[in-house]
Amino acid sequence: MDSFKTIKSKITPLDIINIDTDQIIPKQFLKLVQKTGYGNFLFYDWRFDQKNKLRNDFILNDPKYAERSILLTRENFGCGSSREHAVWALFDYGFRVIIAPSFADIFFNNCFKTGMLPIVLESAEIDYFFSLDSDIYVEVNLMEQTLSTDKKIINFKIDPMKRRMLLEGTDEIDYTLQLEDRITNYEKRYHR
Amino acid sequence: MDYISPSMQRTLFDKIWDEHIVVNGNQIEKDSNGLGQTLIYIDRHLVHEVTSPQAFESLHQRGRKVRRPDSTIATVDHNVPTNDRSLPMVDQTSKIQIETLTRNCREFGITIFDIDSPYQGIVHVIGPELGFTLPGTTIVCGDSHTSTHGAFGAFAFGIGTTEVEHVLATQCLWMSKPKSFLVNIEGTRRNPHAITSKDIILSIIQKIGIDGGTGTVLEYKGKLISELSMEQRMTICNMSIEAGARAGLIAPDETTFEYLRGRKYAPKGEYYEELVESWRNNLKSDPNSVFHKIETLNADQLAPQVSWGTNPSMVSDVTGNVPHPDEFAKGNENERKLAIRALQYMDLQPGTPITDIKIDRVFIGSCTNSRLEDLIEASLVVKGRKVSAQVRAMIVPGSQQVKIQAEKLGLNKIFKEAGFEWRESGCSMCLGMNPDILAPGERCASTSNRNFEGRQGTGGRTHLVSPIMAAAAAIQGHFVDVREWV
Ligand code: SF4
Repeated sequence: MDSFKTIKSKITPLDIINIDTDQIIPKQFLKLVQKTGYGNFLFYDWRFDQKNKLRNDFILNDPKYAERSILLTRENFGCGSSREHAVWALFDYGFRVIIAPSFADIFFNNCFKTGMLPIVLESAEIDYFFSLDSDIYVEVNLMEQTLSTDKKIINFKIDPMKRRMLLEGTDEIDYTLQLEDRITNYEKRYHR
Repeated sequence: MDYISPSMQRTLFDKIWDEHIVVNGNQIEKDSNGLGQTLIYIDRHLVHEVTSPQAFESLHQRGRKVRRPDSTIATVDHNVPTNDRSLPMVDQTSKIQIETLTRNCREFGITIFDIDSPYQGIVHVIGPELGFTLPGTTIVCGDSHTSTHGAFGAFAFGIGTTEVEHVLATQCLWMSKPKSFLVNIEGTRRNPHAITSKDIILSIIQKIGIDGGTGTVLEYKGKLISELSMEQRMTICNMSIEAGARAGLIAPDETTFEYLRGRKYAPKGEYYEELVESWRNNLKSDPNSVFHKIETLNADQLAPQVSWGTNPSMVSDVTGNVPHPDEFAKGNENERKLAIRALQYMDLQPGTPITDIKIDRVFIGSCTNSRLEDLIEASLVVKGRKVSAQVRAMIVPGSQQVKIQAEKLGLNKIFKEAGFEWRESGCSMCLGMNPDILAPGERCASTSNRNFEGRQGTGGRTHLVSPIMAAAAAIQGHFVDVREWV
């Protein structure tokens, strides 16, 4: 996994609560056996109509929002199915940071595995970002755990171990394999 | 483990968690401020074809081994066709995924119940059925409905594909500890045939919301829970994820021990009885243990539930009406917008009586409601009746074992004579990755667990109900209050 660098980007606001992973990546795209190439299918049923034509009523189809790496959304983002394909699709499409008042647990965990940074903020701070002019740049600094515009700096918190792994681009499995002795001891002690 | 005070009152979840700590992250992460992750041991791992290929591929590329093939089993369920299995598979990409799993299992020495196995079925149906699911264990699967296995007093939860690889390689996972959430079920059901455990869990989700359980493990308790069969308990734990919970949990009791005794993978003989003794004594929440949240549901007045919207909290009594968005939102503007969107997608008008909603399709199946008892219950209202001419209805047993047992009881005849299709086992129209899907605009009474937009097919409209409610709707062509039938 690549290490997480500081990101400066405009925001794509997606003002809907409870967006589930079936919407983020519909099931017909889960049949691939690799981790890449899902970006084109992101929010497929919202981006395309039943004749596979782009719908002009969905924000991601507005050229103004192309090439932005920060997604701003509402409560309980990523609920439902555990499919990590949802994170792969968002990442492949170009997002690196997702800001929301809350995330579903499995989706939240999955984010870190691909180098995606999910940031939880208070509702008032979320409202602030929704109220911003859509052309304002926001800088995300994971080292400092800050989000800044030219007017305001907002702090966020990430679990220290997850933060370190993201910053270093650590492979979690390699890291755990170094603790092999501890695992073996556990298995002996508990007869697993 | 010196960091646990023995006098502390612990919840059932606390006890299972403590037993599985391999490394306390705070001991190695210097700047953790007590927030660190814990490495916990995973006793059991279930694998299926959709969320595993990338995990195996990565193991393969990096020369990693599967640490405990003996603690892992696999099956094919999400993609498999449910029609005649002697025919060649039409969908080539699904075929590749299925073959990839078989090859991976062979390479890494993992037991697989493949498409021709008499034990093939939905992961969450076969785990318990085989006695692979045991009390007090930790169980994972690359699937959110792994919460089902919590019905046995196991900490069971869904994970993503990278975590699937992590468990295959290390038999462990890094986690921050979820909190405990107590759900008390009080009262008694007036009519246990008509008011099922599906209705109980749907009303709980309506009550606490689809994110009410986020970051927690729901422990279901109460006299009513202890009276439920294992299959009914599984329906409740299965849908814990629809309330956003990490897992669902029910303390094991004599019903649990009896269910598991003698099953294929369950320990046998004296050793089993020793285990039962220790489960009986240890696997329950201490009387004064502290829960982060508590919710109570009274089952006295419970009616059969029908979902009207596009998430599982949008449900109504069958005797009720499709609500107005304001009524649903209770002042929350975001919820109101969501309800408007849901009604539009579902093509429903506020105020429409639920029993006026006409349906085109009926699906009885999925890891929520495809076990033997579900099919027996559904058959109660089907016997001697006919499926409405406007409806296409199908029964998809959760596993080959369920199918075999149901056929022994003659259920296949009852359903077929009424005009239901009797299928082979798999996930089928629960998510429609195989050819079983809704056409755009079709409306379905479904015993599955998700009514999300497009879940059963792009543009398809799903109403979640119990098996007996689905069966009755198939007969009438619209929803009916099944209390009048049984
Ligand atoms: S039956 Fe449905 S919910 Fe259950 S595992 Fe299969 S797809 Fe998932």
